[in-house]
Amino acid sequence: MGRAQHWIRIERYWDEGEYPSANARFLPLMCQQCGKAPCEPVCPVFASVHSADGLNSQIYNRCIGTRYCAHNCPYKVRVFNYFKPEFPAPLEQQLNPDVTVRSVGIMEKCTFCVQRIRRVRQQARAEGRAVADGEITPACVQTCPPGALVFGDAGDPESQVAQLLKSRRGMKFLEAFNTEPSVVYLKRRGGPDV
Amino acid sequence: MSDLGATHGPAPSERPDSSGGLSPEQAAVVYEAAGVKTSQALTEDELKTLDRDLDHRVFRAMQSIGIRYLLLVGFLLTVIGFGAVGFGWQIYRGIGVTGLNRPVFWGFYITSFVFWIGISHAGTLVSAILRVLNVEWRRPLTRAAEAMTLFALMIGGLFPIIHLGRNWRFYWMIPLPNERGLWPNFRSALMWDLLAILTYITASSLFLFLPLVPDLATARDRTRGLRRKIYGLLSLGWRGTQQQWHRLHLAMRVFTIVVIPIAVSVHTIVSWDFGMTLVEGWKSSVFGPYFVIGAIYSGIAALITVLILVRKSMGLEEYLTLRHFDRLGKVLLAVTVLWFYMFWAGFLTDWYGGNAVAKLVQQEHLTGPFAPLFWTMMVANVAVPFLFLWFRRVRTSMAAMMVISLLVNVGMWLERFLIVVTSPMVNSVSYNWGGYTPQWPEIAIALATFAAFALLYLIFSKALPLISLWEVKEGWRVDRWQREGIVEVENDLPGFEAGPAVDSVGAGGGA
Repeated sequence: MGRAQHWIRIERYWDEGEYPSANARFLPLMCQQCGKAPCEPVCPVFASVHSADGLNSQIYNRCIGTRYCAHNCPYKVRVFNYFKPEFPAPLEQQLNPDVTVRSVGIMEKCTFCVQRIRRVRQQARAEGRAVADGEITPACVQTCPPGALVFGDAGDPESQVAQLLKSRRGMKFLEAFNTEPSVVYLKRRGGPDV
Repeated sequence: MSDLGATHGPAPSERPDSSGGLSPEQAAVVYEAAGVKTSQALTEDELKTLDRDLDHRVFRAMQSIGIRYLLLVGFLLTVIGFGAVGFGWQIYRGIGVTGLNRPVFWGFYITSFVFWIGISHAGTLVSAILRVLNVEWRRPLTRAAEAMTLFALMIGGLFPIIHLGRNWRFYWMIPLPNERGLWPNFRSALMWDLLAILTYITASSLFLFLPLVPDLATARDRTRGLRRKIYGLLSLGWRGTQQQWHRLHLAMRVFTIVVIPIAVSVHTIVSWDFGMTLVEGWKSSVFGPYFVIGAIYSGIAALITVLILVRKSMGLEEYLTLRHFDRLGKVLLAVTVLWFYMFWAGFLTDWYGGNAVAKLVQQEHLTGPFAPLFWTMMVANVAVPFLFLWFRRVRTSMAAMMVISLLVNVGMWLERFLIVVTSPMVNSVSYNWGGYTPQWPEIAIALATFAAFALLYLIFSKALPLISLWEVKEGWRVDRWQREGIVEVENDLPGFEAGPAVDSVGAGGGA
């Protein structure tokens, strides 16, 4: 049984009908970093908490693995460590020294690459300046060749994200749950897409 | 009253011989005279004879440990052992050895949790309600019911720990001062759960222990050696003085009333684990009362199963008469109707509301892959009890009651399974729909819980009187005082007073 641990996944949906008349649509789904995250109040040990800058963080070493948060997440983007993670040599060398290696029995999820955010912020603070737009690039944004993913400060009116948010194509996923997600998708004309 | 039967108080010659026991024929006459209220008042001497015989029977059953008992204990320990191996394997390898995956993160464990907490409910609640209402026929069955609560709680309370990804960190949920300077999150329904269960296990242990004290003193006086020391310690220096009795009665009166809201709140809180979420099929405002009723339903059914077994194995036919089962059967019938009403209230709301995901969950049950389970549940929980429990012949037939009470618990287990497991299978993101197949550690642990429950009961039956001796004896006196007009007992609530037809059945079945 598949227990792949993707922090971002491409969800593929087919239109009605058969290929080739039917099109596939897809949605890259990662943790939506909800403003009012349903996963947070249900955690008995404060492993799922809100950070001061609005991130929905998962504190790995607090987690005891009730998996309640995963049930309450409408997006189902939380992934659980069902087994002790193993990295047979030389795979252990690819581990990012900035990221905690999660142990067995705990929940994890997309962090918006919090380690990159923190590093840039500390750097900026040390240099006594504000963080510039585009200075923080989470790994998914960095890797996406056509630049379909954009990360930035929506509160800064000059930022690329704020410009894009002016578009009327903006859509938040499963908004009816009132989770106030931080991720905004731009719909393709005529149908939902990124 | 006097026209109900011939007066047949035991003649002095029928008193037991020095060995202390009565022949079955003598016993039948005596108990019909005393337990079944058709006779004239017994004298204090005759009551004392009855007291001695009751003690004798109960303690003889407690002290004889036969080969069959040991074999049964061995068998149960084996089953529990398999469960322990399953749990050990899960800790060693990780919770991946279960069938859990996205989107079904809770499976057999939480099903067992809700099931056993449900079983735990009837014991204390039934006992407390019958006590509050001063129902006289409660006397021989309160102890068995209260013990059931404690054992079911001990088992159910383990599951929130068993199901954790990191079981060894379970104590992080307990509000202890710690080096992390972190308190648990009291906004989480799981925290409410923990507190509710700890409160309930404390309350129900005390509720079991308090009325046990005089019986522990009786046990102390009837044993010697180590057992005497242990009973003596536990009986807290009980000597049966007027003041002690007064305090016991006072404490029981307070406790009985206090324990009812605790019991109701516990299962409400368990239901909120589900009701407070965003998962369709869980999110519901009717879940609180629905789970309470479901708990009482499965609990009473389990109580009937246990009482039938206890009655048969310990030879207590004269005390747990068919009248008791007749009345418990009526209660079960009433709760059947209530349970179906609650179920229907939730079901209809979801159906009428037309939420796509909620309707998919219902389709899974009605016609989908879980239809066999769903319809088994409806037959076991609604059709069979509702059709058959109307008949006194059914309610007073041990075989029929055994089948019905077991069916109800099968049905209630399935109900919990359907709620816990099948609701998350479909959700708003169809990419994430998925299934669940329980794996061997989960099945082994689920089976082990039943064995553990039986084992705890078996041990209890040898360690402590399964019938509240002093309360039964008190009942005989209350009966006598009532006849002599010294006290008035309000136990004539409609439905609680059986007619003479049952008396004859009761006596016939008991002999």
